[in-house]
Amino acid sequence: MKKLINNPENVVKEELEGISYAHPDLVKVFFDPNYIVRADAPVQGKVGIVSGGGSGHEPMHGGFVGMGMLDAACPGAVFTSPTPDQMLEATKAVNGGAGVLHIVKNYTGDIMNFEMAADLARAEGIDIESVVIDDDVAVQDSLYTAGRRGVGTTVLAEKLCGAAAEERRSLKQVADLCRKVNGWGRSMGMALTSCTVPHVGKPTFDLPEDEMEIGIGIHGEPGRERMKVKSADEITEMLMEPIVKDLPYKSGDEVLIFVNSMGGTPLIELYIIYRKAYEIAQKHGLKVVRHLIGPYITSLEMAGCSITLLKMDDDLKKLWDAPVKTPGMRWGA
Amino acid sequence: MTISRDDVLMWIKNYAGVIRENKEYLTDLDAAIGDADHGANMDRGFQAVLGKMPELADKDIGTIFKTVGMTLLSTVGGAGGPLYGTLFLQAGMKTAGKMELSLEDLVTTFEAAISGVVMRGKAEVGDKTMIDALTPALEALKKASEENQPIAEALAAFAEAGKKGMESTTPLVAKKGRASYLGARSAGHQDPGATSSYLLLRTAADTWGDA
Repeated sequence: MKKLINNPENVVKEELEGISYAHPDLVKVFFDPNYIVRADAPVQGKVGIVSGGGSGHEPMHGGFVGMGMLDAACPGAVFTSPTPDQMLEATKAVNGGAGVLHIVKNYTGDIMNFEMAADLARAEGIDIESVVIDDDVAVQDSLYTAGRRGVGTTVLAEKLCGAAAEERRSLKQVADLCRKVNGWGRSMGMALTSCTVPHVGKPTFDLPEDEMEIGIGIHGEPGRERMKVKSADEITEMLMEPIVKDLPYKSGDEVLIFVNSMGGTPLIELYIIYRKAYEIAQKHGLKVVRHLIGPYITSLEMAGCSITLLKMDDDLKKLWDAPVKTPGMRWGA
Repeated sequence: MTISRDDVLMWIKNYAGVIRENKEYLTDLDAAIGDADHGANMDRGFQAVLGKMPELADKDIGTIFKTVGMTLLSTVGGAGGPLYGTLFLQAGMKTAGKMELSLEDLVTTFEAAISGVVMRGKAEVGDKTMIDALTPALEALKKASEENQPIAEALAAFAEAGKKGMESTTPLVAKKGRASYLGARSAGHQDPGATSSYLLLRTAADTWGDA
């Protein structure tokens, strides 16, 4: 294992210390239990938005705390769900009297820990809504699985719901918006390489030099199918076609295309993927009205990408363009 | 023959040692069908539990179990945290104020603990989870209690049924948890959660076998 770390046990703690030194104007970092809140929390009268998950997906979620996006994030150990005590403290810290929305990715650990945290917060008199993101079309048969995983749409939902909360929409309205975004977003990812969890010290799975894994999740868990590496255009088709078919998106629909790096793939390759994704969208009559390109929901140093398509309407376009000021996403402010 | 509060503390302490010894084994099992964190997570949790031992020295069994449960809940993370946390919290509710446990008490305690895991995880036998080891073990313990077997024999049957249950997960296709995303590819691997659960039962039998 070759990594820029000191001690595998201290990876998350030292990362959080770095964040606290870098962004004191945007966020406050708390330790034991670990959570990050926006610097001006709680914002009175505004719905608080809390998310969280394993570390190793940076900038998600801690990098999305700030004006116009999340009020708090709870980082777990690498690829491990955070715990209910973190979520409870974060929820209390951002409750400005209008209730708190938990945005939860559909992973068994995240679901169970957030359920327990929501029960504890309600017992303290805080209104809680929980919305589960499950947008991964790679998981086909949801009757016999834990259901579709939450992946790229999570980033978009956090941005859009954050903007809606800034407008002082109610908890129910923000939660309904989050469900709508989840319903309109679809993702699929792939890996060219595995990744190494620091405290494990060896790659999560073996992937031969000339093979790739299609339908990968974000925790280095193996995907749906393994095959010889193909060209960027062929890979983009293999990701885009199941997405477009799934919703289904219709000719004339407006969409946002989000091309995400799994961590190790450079921007030059993401634009090659975006190029083909854009052309495929056009072929289906979809109008690409917004885009996001870069590493936003990563799996440590894994090389690979994911594509997310989100159907847009006027409200979503307005919320997408609204100012956001966080360590990992910033425009208009 | 009963299990004393000291026996209970010894069980927890021994299990922390067993987890440390099997940390890499559990993580390797998890790497095959999950996300390679089960051993590390359980070890982090039970090392934190060891840190609580001094304050439990004079406490009743219910308080011991509740403290273990709360500690696991706030340190393990993943699915293991809520599941093992719930297991011990539910055991703690059944044993509040008790300083020793009879075989009948053990049956009601494990019954509550395992029902808690079923409720939290919404899994059934055959889904390739902890439940596959825990449920048959509980059935064996109940049967031994009804037959008025000595505690040592009842616990041996308990651990043996847990072992068979754990082994039964190998050919199964996972229907819950992260392994379920693999579909048919999850078959042929023993479930890490069922394995750590079996080790918990085995440690109970080993620790209490001569109680």
